Amino acid sequence: MKARHLLLAGIAAAVLLVWPHFLKSYGIYLLSYWLIYIIATMGLNLTVGYAGQKSLGHAAFFGIGAYTVAILLKAGVSFWLGLPAGALLCFAVGLVLGFPALRVQTIYLAFATLGFNTAVWLLIRNEEWLTGGTFGINNIARPELFGFSLEGNKAYYHLVLVITVLMGLLLWGLLRSPWGKAFTALRDNPIRAESLGVSVRGYTLLSFAIGAAYAGVAGGLFASLVQFIEPAPFNVAASIMMYLMVVVGGPGYFLGPVLGAAVGVILPEWLRDVPGVANWYLPAFGAAVVLLMVWLPDGLLSIPDRLKARREAREASALRAATAAATRQEVSA
Amino acid sequence: MSAAPLLKVSELRKSYDAIRAVDGVSFEVRPGEIFGVIGPNGSGKTTLFNSMLGQIRPDAGRIELQGQDVTHLGPLQLNRRGVGRTFQTLQVFGRMSVRDNLIVAAQEHQGSMLKRLFMPGDSGLGAKADALIDQFRIGHVAHKKAGQLSYGQQKLVDIGMAFMSDPALVLLDEPCAGVNPSLVGGLSRLLKELNETRRGSFVVIEHNMDFVMDLCHRIMVMVEGRVMAIGTPAEIRANRQVLDAYLGS
Repeated sequence: MKARHLLLAGIAAAVLLVWPHFLKSYGIYLLSYWLIYIIATMGLNLTVGYAGQKSLGHAAFFGIGAYTVAILLKAGVSFWLGLPAGALLCFAVGLVLGFPALRVQTIYLAFATLGFNTAVWLLIRNEEWLTGGTFGINNIARPELFGFSLEGNKAYYHLVLVITVLMGLLLWGLLRSPWGKAFTALRDNPIRAESLGVSVRGYTLLSFAIGAAYAGVAGGLFASLVQFIEPAPFNVAASIMMYLMVVVGGPGYFLGPVLGAAVGVILPEWLRDVPGVANWYLPAFGAAVVLLMVWLPDGLLSIPDRLKARREAREASALRAATAAATRQEVSA
Repeated sequence: MSAAPLLKVSELRKSYDAIRAVDGVSFEVRPGEIFGVIGPNGSGKTTLFNSMLGQIRPDAGRIELQGQDVTHLGPLQLNRRGVGRTFQTLQVFGRMSVRDNLIVAAQEHQGSMLKRLFMPGDSGLGAKADALIDQFRIGHVAHKKAGQLSYGQQKLVDIGMAFMSDPALVLLDEPCAGVNPSLVGGLSRLLKELNETRRGSFVVIEHNMDFVMDLCHRIMVMVEGRVMAIGTPAEIRANRQVLDAYLGS
């Protein structure tokens, strides 16, 4: 990592640590919500952005993680066991969901995952004995750590922040390892990748499973943040929103989910407070997303790459023009 | 070159409905040999290649690699057993750097999948990739994204990827396709150099006759799915049947 990156990471960490002290309760809640969506969309970014798969079922894993933690907490199991249990369950279910991806691709895969999300959502809504159905599960506790209660909004925010950073570092390490290159090869050209010994089957399944585990962790944190869960946040619309966050931020860019989740979580809330927009904040949000997709189809983080490509093209054409002029001069001499 | 064959193809057949694309083809490739496959369009070269590479399943026949039956293995298993390949069209990973393209081409041969998770990003292959980059004379673009290079440079990266894992056998599908004619001689020299330094065997499909005649130790001529002749370049050039059917007088 370059010194510049370390400096930026340090500044970002300082801002995120200090920021909640200047916010009211709702602002802190919103920041926690944003961080949780960063974790969820980091996982989706691995599946979609790095490995090139399609998934409109990510909210189902978010729900599985949330309900696993909520149910286990109600059964008296510690949050610190419930959270990894939710992630592990999502990893296993994600592995299974990866199998259709071995047979179908593109829009067909998207529909297969959408069907999965609908099935999970129906299960959550209908199996009242386990999930509380439409009444949901309430009074979900927040954890303690070494005897310190994390019940308060600020304390819980800091827990979510630490877990977000840890999950980010884990993903960073994974993407820097040979696995990261294999995922990218799978996305760019699966036929070539297989001819080079890259197990398309293995890495496809892993991309779904690891992505799902991230959603599971996010879901578990979400359950304790809102302290009441019901089926609505885990429906297909939520999956589409998560996909949108990845695409808006920049699929295949490590920090894409940070910006994408900000657009998906914070921008609509901010628009609510903008004078003249308050009554129109959702259409304004929709218009902002449409404009982003039209002008930046590769997401916000593609801007530096686009500028660099434009500069290189300008330099190349200037070089060509200079060479042609020199050749003409030589010929005329 | 009289050792046991590295590759032995026996009575290979593949039909598409009533069309016999490959009809009883048999040949051997010896260790260290550069073996050319030529023939007019529709003669079955690509179907033969795809059958040998596990892309399609032959109807009948047997393919042996170093004495082992590999007839029904897929591309992944064949790569693990030491078969590298290039495709007719460019197949580089456009958003990766040239160096990373070469590294990913061999990293899956470095230990188990789980072990690779804890390896450094270059899987310990950085020096090897750099050496190949030097040999291919593409050092000036080593850190550029492969998709940003010229066609000829991408072609070199594509070929280099096939050699990164030190395969025993490399199948090159039309390596000259789309390459500027002035660069074909350099490509031929490079492949000869690789053949000498790495002692690998190559099977080359190519339409450029000068290239094939200059590069290959032996050549097989295919017409309508069958083998018309196998011999040295001089023997093929002198074969009346081949001249009439394919090369022309």
